[in-house]
Amino acid sequence: MSAAPTSPSEGELPTPLVQNRRWIPRLVWAVPIVAAVIGISLLIRNWENAGPRITISFLSGEGVQVGKTLVKYRDVTVGRVSAVVLSADHQTVVVSADFSKDAASLLKADTQFWIVRPRIGVGSVSGLDTLLSGVYIGMKTGAATLRERQFVGLENPPALSHGPRGRELQLHAARAGSLAIGAPVYFRQFQVGRAIDENLLGDGSTRVTVFVEAPYDGFVKPVTRFWNASGIDVRLGADGLNVQTESLAAVLAGGVAFDDGPTEVLPAAAGIPGDFTLYKNEAEAMAPPDGDPHYVRMRFSQALRGLDVGASVEFVGVNIGSVVAMDLGYERQDKSFPVIVTAKLYPRRMGQAYEALAAQGKTESVETLAAFVGTLVNRGLRAQPRSGSLLTGKLYIALNFLPASPRVAFDASIRPLELPTVNGTFQELEANIGRLVKKVNDLPLEQIAADLHTDLKDLHQALSELHTGVLPNAVNTLSALHSTLDSADRTLDVESPLQRGLAETLSETRSTLQAVRELADYLDRHPDALLRGRRPQKMPQRPAALSSDAKP
Amino acid sequence: MMALKQSLELELVLCRTCGLAVSRASLGADRRCPRCQSRIEHRTPFSTEMTLAWLIAGIAFYIPANLLPVMHTSGLLGEADSTILGGIIEFWRSGDWDIALLIFIASVAVPFTKFIAIGLLLLTVRKNSRWQQHQRTALYRIVEFIGYWSMLDVIVVALTSALMQFQVLGAAEPRAGIAFFCAVVVVTMLSALSFDPRLIWDRRA
Repeated sequence: MSAAPTSPSEGELPTPLVQNRRWIPRLVWAVPIVAAVIGISLLIRNWENAGPRITISFLSGEGVQVGKTLVKYRDVTVGRVSAVVLSADHQTVVVSADFSKDAASLLKADTQFWIVRPRIGVGSVSGLDTLLSGVYIGMKTGAATLRERQFVGLENPPALSHGPRGRELQLHAARAGSLAIGAPVYFRQFQVGRAIDENLLGDGSTRVTVFVEAPYDGFVKPVTRFWNASGIDVRLGADGLNVQTESLAAVLAGGVAFDDGPTEVLPAAAGIPGDFTLYKNEAEAMAPPDGDPHYVRMRFSQALRGLDVGASVEFVGVNIGSVVAMDLGYERQDKSFPVIVTAKLYPRRMGQAYEALAAQGKTESVETLAAFVGTLVNRGLRAQPRSGSLLTGKLYIALNFLPASPRVAFDASIRPLELPTVNGTFQELEANIGRLVKKVNDLPLEQIAADLHTDLKDLHQALSELHTGVLPNAVNTLSALHSTLDSADRTLDVESPLQRGLAETLSETRSTLQAVRELADYLDRHPDALLRGRRPQKMPQRPAALSSDAKP
Repeated sequence: MMALKQSLELELVLCRTCGLAVSRASLGADRRCPRCQSRIEHRTPFSTEMTLAWLIAGIAFYIPANLLPVMHTSGLLGEADSTILGGIIEFWRSGDWDIALLIFIASVAVPFTKFIAIGLLLLTVRKNSRWQQHQRTALYRIVEFIGYWSMLDVIVVALTSALMQFQVLGAAEPRAGIAFFCAVVVVTMLSALSFDPRLIWDRRA
């Protein structure tokens, strides 16, 4: 401004100088322009990045903080809670969350939200990081094409948060046992999945949904059997103590195991059904299917302490059913109180026997079965309570053929079938022992003892007589015998005169006998010598011997 | 107020470098100080224009400086981006009102004071106002003095980021906002620097 009037006097030189100095300070305007551009671009970007605002309703807003609580998908922050208000009816908490723009596509109609809190279960611990950082809202996107802005949050996190590949299976069981959501699923002791849901169905049975992860879901075949692998299976068998468990986690939290069932009972289903039966244990799962039970009733005239509901019923040693009820009956005729035991029998458990019977048409209807049972009863089939274990005193019902038992009439028209019974072996034994004890009791023991006493006294007397009278004489006799033997010994000694004389006599006898033998030899060779006498010697080598011997 | 004679009336120019008063007529074409050879101007050229430009840039930078997070802290208690105002509110709520006040003065009050003060100075100079000339000069001195105190925030973030590096336990990182805030401080200082306080006293027809 003020520089302009100073320059014109000097001509052309100052002119470009003035131009420059007019321009350079003006460049300072670039700074606010750049600042404004940066500011505006930031604002535009911020506005562009602003994603949708959604609302999620929860039953409780515990731990959710406005501006702090994050919404995370696969542990990546995709949004932030912007407001927490109560719903109009005060029943739920409505959480508003601002999503980032790139996460907006996750908001499907079936997207699930839940609040991640620290959870410590028996089988798993999750969300521990939220102990310090506070809760966050987890989400699992859905598959629906519809977009949604309002959601109802889950109260518990879903077992599978990020949709791994695999198969969901429905297991049906009368009771779920100790299975918890998240309980492991094992295939030959390898964990291949988890239980993700449990439902109590309308009919009172339970349905457990399990998820088997992708590479392993191929092991699930139509023949696959599932069983509850909870707890420890301790078995004392002929091969010793056998403890079996899938894993420590399964002991605590329960678990499901599966394996191929026996292939010969492959059902005819063509496809792989998603529904399976959950058996109580492996043995039950691997057993061939039981079929429908038949109920029978048994009347026992004895106390059945130790027989429980659930006790097995064995047919020739094969478990074919179990006791379902025990009642006390009353017989008017003899005013007795029999124990009425109801049991369910699975004829299919008889295996090949059942198949053979089925082939003969004996099991088609209840009537034919009843008739068949009637023939068996006539052959001596009886129900008998037996002691399964002397240690526990538990009883089981044995169906055995006892041909010796008295014949009974079998009424095939009664439903349920009524099987004739005999008393238990153990009870029989007890009675026998009782009788034995009674006999022992009846023995005149005191009389016997008194007699024995007098006898013993007599014996004592006899012995004392023996001691005083007989024994000293015997000692004398023995010493006399000893001296006799001594003298005999002396007589028979080698050095004794008798011995010596005897030896000499024997030697004389030997030479005499030798001479006789030579004479006999000579006579043998020269029989004529008897008549002619001895001829002159022709054997000069033995003249002395022959001449000396032949002379006498 | 005494009507002092002004340099223009006395045909004198002051060298701002060595303080030599030079007669206007004795200045050559390149207007250099005969003693220290620095350029001599009667008034800083384009002073108001440059001051205005820096001021506008400062205000423009002040908006993202407040909107964007200045620091990112992460640790066991989670992670958070904090803005300047958010930090002040947080400190205030947690009971550290003294720290909150300090940050407020350094980060909000001082920049605003500067914006308003420089704006006021510019406006009055442009209007050739003779209102409160002493106080306005004092105001300019204050603005110049407090300028670098606004760097408090920048220093806090720089120190925190440098010292708080404990990996998982806790870590702090600067965020873009602090760069903008730094720019605000620098630009407003430049704005104050480019203002020629002698303009306050100029009487132009």
